[in-house]
Amino acid sequence: MRWELNLLCVFIVLPLAGAFLNSLVARRFRKFSTLWSNLIIFILFLLSLVTLKFVNQYSVLVYKVGGWSPPFGITLVLDGLSAFMLLAINLISFTITLFSINYMEKFTAKGKFYTLFLLMVAGMNGVVLTGDIFNLFVFLEIASIASYALVAFGTEKDELEAAFKYIVMSTVASMFVLLGIGLLYSYASTLNMADLSSYLAQTEPALVVKFAAVLFLFGFGLKAAIVPFHAWLPDAHPSAPAPISAALSGLVIKALGVYVIVRMFFNVFGVTSEILGVFSVLGIVSMMVGVLLALGQWDFKRLLAYHSISQVGYIMLGLGLGTPLGILGGLFHLFNHSVFKPLLFLNSGSIEYITGTRKLNEMGGLREKLPVTANTSFIASMSIAGIPPFNGFWSKLIIIIACVEAGRIGYGFWAVLGSILTLASFMKVQKYAFFGKLNEKYTQIKEAPFLMQVSMLFLALICVFGGILILPGVREYFITPAVDVVVRGIAYKDVVIGAIK
Amino acid sequence: MNSENNNGMSLIIKTVTRLTVGFIFIYGIYIVLHGHVSPGGGFAGGVIIALSFVNLMLAYGKEELYKRVPKTVLSLFESIGAIMFLSIALLGFTGGYFFYDWFVYKGEPFSIFSAGTMPLSNIAIAIKVASGLFAIFLVLILLRVTSGEEE
Amino acid sequence: MSVYFLNFVLFSIGLYCVLRKRNLIKIIIGLIICEYAVNLFLILVGYKMNGRSPIYAPQQEIVNMVDPLPQVLVLTSIVISLATTALVIAVAIRIYEKYHTFDITKIRRLKG
Repeated sequence: MRWELNLLCVFIVLPLAGAFLNSLVARRFRKFSTLWSNLIIFILFLLSLVTLKFVNQYSVLVYKVGGWSPPFGITLVLDGLSAFMLLAINLISFTITLFSINYMEKFTAKGKFYTLFLLMVAGMNGVVLTGDIFNLFVFLEIASIASYALVAFGTEKDELEAAFKYIVMSTVASMFVLLGIGLLYSYASTLNMADLSSYLAQTEPALVVKFAAVLFLFGFGLKAAIVPFHAWLPDAHPSAPAPISAALSGLVIKALGVYVIVRMFFNVFGVTSEILGVFSVLGIVSMMVGVLLALGQWDFKRLLAYHSISQVGYIMLGLGLGTPLGILGGLFHLFNHSVFKPLLFLNSGSIEYITGTRKLNEMGGLREKLPVTANTSFIASMSIAGIPPFNGFWSKLIIIIACVEAGRIGYGFWAVLGSILTLASFMKVQKYAFFGKLNEKYTQIKEAPFLMQVSMLFLALICVFGGILILPGVREYFITPAVDVVVRGIAYKDVVIGAIK
Repeated sequence: MNSENNNGMSLIIKTVTRLTVGFIFIYGIYIVLHGHVSPGGGFAGGVIIALSFVNLMLAYGKEELYKRVPKTVLSLFESIGAIMFLSIALLGFTGGYFFYDWFVYKGEPFSIFSAGTMPLSNIAIAIKVASGLFAIFLVLILLRVTSGEEE
Repeated sequence: MSVYFLNFVLFSIGLYCVLRKRNLIKIIIGLIICEYAVNLFLILVGYKMNGRSPIYAPQQEIVNMVDPLPQVLVLTSIVISLATTALVIAVAIRIYEKYHTFDITKIRRLKG
């Protein structure tokens, strides 16, 4: 069991080492840094497949960093939810690095891009794996600081303004999180999640804990761009280079926002019906506000960014129902969204790479010139709008069935309405970008380079066959362990403490 | 003499800096090396070392120092510090755990040769912090210069 | 208790500065004030009346030590805020380079 445990810290060590080595050699050997970064992310992707096997075998693995046993030392905890998130993060990161081999050629500092990207992946893997709230904060900040720098990567007017807004709001959110951690430490005198959870379960619920919970909801809600805290997202995500928009929309808001909310509220504090109510209401508000704001957009990437807010709303709605079916729907939608939203952003990046525009009304008729981009974008659009047989349909269907099953017909109605509006919005994208008459400017264009096509096709394949993941017999390997962790709630502490001994 | 005065500050400041900067530097190294037995450590010592360079730069002007300490050297040192820290942590695998204290000779408490890997980690962090902080300072100053030229 | 209250006031001043000021540099100063208030709070959490510093020394009996853990947390959080501050100042300088102003009411290309 020893080597399997040691595998856990590889998820953090390997990207960190890659990032530092990259900054050491990138100036001299540009090809090498590209190859090296892609190799590291590919290894991480393979290893995250291996962790799924561990979760089925041992159900939970606890690694004591430095041999110090908790609650004194830092622990890394791998359970179903962590393995689920690890696979999502490393799978999408792999396609994104593959895409950016060609795409990032137009920027001067490609080595720096890979350094920052590896740091961001290290931060996200750390957030997902750690079992200690302060360590979580540190990894959160590593990932956030890397993402600030990546948003400002173009250093043009728009990028800088968006990055400044993003940095200020996200730093304030981090301060709230740190304040919450301080309050929890002053109350419980421990930072280990399992230990903290068992202390909170023994005592009467104090006002301090509720205050800390509200601070966490604000802080992580801002990182997840749930509606009252969403103002930074429509600026920050489109301004970044396309692969980074894909990573921010597909991974960062989920690993730093939704995942931490789930972990803290379901596993550490323990959910009550009021908290679940807050989650579903926030979910519905995000869903509707995001999609309504997206309808009027003419900038392709900005439209996609608003849809990210809307889709995070679906995830929060599914989780907020609190029933096993709702949680299954929410988590499955999380995975699906982290497949089709990066695909859409990569499509927009491919169009921008070829034609140099992001405005929908300047495109038109690109289907005949860019068959791969057009077809993958069609698949992704149908998937996000919830058209069968693509993966987005199944997760939305589960969420709506769960709404009805939980007796919340109204919630189900809003979910259906949001889905219809999403479909309308993406019909517009398809009509203006890919169908219609070809603009004369673009008669000479050629399809994107081979590696960009490969990464888009790869994601499109997952979109088409993603529905298989919830079939009985398949879901036991991937989604059911994650759902079990969330459904078990504060029994998390017993599982983790049991695994230490 | 006069042309020298145009770079940096006045002669008094230059002389005082020349006399004191060595002490500041050595004090930083002292803080780093005693990090495991007294208050201080890699970060605090690294900041003091970086401040000694910043001090020199303020007194003698940026051109003088930029000639001697190019930015590539700084980023090289920064990466080396980070990789050194990471390899100390990775060597913990010889004892079975990441970050495990693999040093066999634990030493007497309260003496300099004690506390296992901690002094080594302190040195690694000090290299990283000193070069990183000074690089941040240099980069911010360079940014200001380019903006002045554009206007 | 009044110490905590004053600390909260400090945090609120920082937040007010971030939300209301129009100059980029003043917003950054507000962020730094926020960070310091939170760090101060963490130190206060670990403090004990008439406590001594948490350092073991030879030939001394250690009584009434303050909690060392929040101090470690503060050191980490200072390092993080150093990185964030350096980055945000760099971005502010680049904004000045492009727009020739620090006034956020004049930096409004993106609406959202």
